[in-house]
Amino acid sequence: MMYPRVVRIHKVVEETKDVKTVFFPFDERVEPGQFFMVLIPDVDEIPMSVSYLLDESKGFTFKRVGDATNKLFEKKAGDLIGVRGPLGNGFNIHGEKILFVAGGTGVASVAPAVEKALSQNRETVVALGAKNGEELFFVERLKERGAEVHVATDDGSIGYHGLVSDLMLELVEGDSFDLVVTCGPEQMMKKVVEVCSKKGLDVQASLERHIKCGMGVCGQCCVCGGLRVCVDGPVFDGETLSKCRDFGLFKRDASGKKVYIH
Amino acid sequence: MVNLQVRIKDLRLKNPTILASGVMDETADAIKRVIQSGAGAVVTKSIGREPREGYPNPTVVELPHGILNAMGLPNPGVEAYVEEMKELTTVDVPVIGSVFSDSEKGFSFLAKKMELYGADAVELNLSCPHAHGYGFEVGSQPDLVENIVKTVKETVKIPVFAKLSSNVTSIVEIGKAAEEGGADGVVAINSVKALKIDVDLKKPILYNKIGGYSGRGIKPIGVRCVYELAKEISIPIIGAGGVEKGEDAVEYILAGASAVEIGAGVYYRGLTVFKKVCKEITEWMKRNGYNAVDEFKGVALR
Repeated sequence: MMYPRVVRIHKVVEETKDVKTVFFPFDERVEPGQFFMVLIPDVDEIPMSVSYLLDESKGFTFKRVGDATNKLFEKKAGDLIGVRGPLGNGFNIHGEKILFVAGGTGVASVAPAVEKALSQNRETVVALGAKNGEELFFVERLKERGAEVHVATDDGSIGYHGLVSDLMLELVEGDSFDLVVTCGPEQMMKKVVEVCSKKGLDVQASLERHIKCGMGVCGQCCVCGGLRVCVDGPVFDGETLSKCRDFGLFKRDASGKKVYIH
Repeated sequence: MVNLQVRIKDLRLKNPTILASGVMDETADAIKRVIQSGAGAVVTKSIGREPREGYPNPTVVELPHGILNAMGLPNPGVEAYVEEMKELTTVDVPVIGSVFSDSEKGFSFLAKKMELYGADAVELNLSCPHAHGYGFEVGSQPDLVENIVKTVKETVKIPVFAKLSSNVTSIVEIGKAAEEGGADGVVAINSVKALKIDVDLKKPILYNKIGGYSGRGIKPIGVRCVYELAKEISIPIIGAGGVEKGEDAVEYILAGASAVEIGAGVYYRGLTVFKKVCKEITEWMKRNGYNAVDEFKGVALR
């Protein structure tokens, strides 16, 4: 039933100065790329992708950016939140060799997909982008699991100096991949999808939109000819996105008004 | 040969299923997808003069017998909504523009805009149960309802429907007021004012606390309202509340409705609910020897 399950946070981990992971008990199966509507009592209920998929518990990794995430950032083990889900389709992991491209907090939703690919013995290359080295997280986590991890920073403080989409260009030049999976700022994903369609690479991107009902009814999160991010997505393939006039161009605010993406 | 076509005033519908306001209707693309899914007509999101973000989440929860929501009338404002309306001028089913306001003047201004933007009819939201100063707070006063409908009728040429609330002592009284004002039809009912308290959080689950209950649980209330209205007014009635199967639509039509709106049904049965309901109505008609919807309209009133 589409009703928040009230759970007690049992662990909080600080990933960077603005990013935390909260773990909560949840023993049902969740696919990488799926999300929950997370209820922060008295503030809001917002969509969050799962970043950890353990047998007995699941985790969300988030950056403090608004009222809801700031409030969640203050929560400690023992505090109550509501979770409604898992929702959406998740990534469809296939192929022998996969490239994951994540920008900013996009790595939170990509990380469990990387782990799934590794557990299925697929060759896994990861490109992570951040403003600077201090904002990077999950690099060690993914390396320890056996992924080949490349890093790009805007200021060049660590790894490749520049955009992760440019780093990705170099990676696909010298290699062949069966699938590219991406999550991050939409302009970045737009570039990744463009590169993939030029090269004929299979690609999946996870979209973020303002979500209200999370059950496919209110229409708030519609993109690309009436596709609902909450139930038809959040993961869409390159073919769908290439035909999508919203992708990389505009989102809709809470009132339904178009807001152009810069 | 079974024919599902219905006529409500000047509107010709290829079948009696109508997308209810507030469901998959924020963007032209979403509405087009609903039309492709078989709806006989569509109602837009309820539009006001200025942009409104609506309430923070949770705005919607599912309960065992229905859906509780308090969206708070989010909409981009009538000037921005023209962009969506423009894209709908080419669709082949009637587009009904829903509007909300707190005054006669406001309603007629918005209705005129909708007419200019190409709406085939206008639905006056006199029944939203959770937006302060709007909806049923306006629509529960017979004099005000009559004046609003009258003013709108004087302003536009397209048919005007008044969407009514069951949260009143007598829906018949309000229906009569709408008829008196010149309404081309009424829609009954909007969601029912309701509250859900979460026992773990020990507080109301919706951000706005009070919401509107829709879906299966309210169907008997909707059918009762249509039945009572049909006995007392002579303008067309569109039934709404808990239609998810063909037999739900049949019940409303037997009670006197000309067509039905579907909202929560989109959640229960997916976007194909319109096609499914039509198929089930057809099967029921075949079993009962009817060829046209009009033949069984209001049969239960006799």
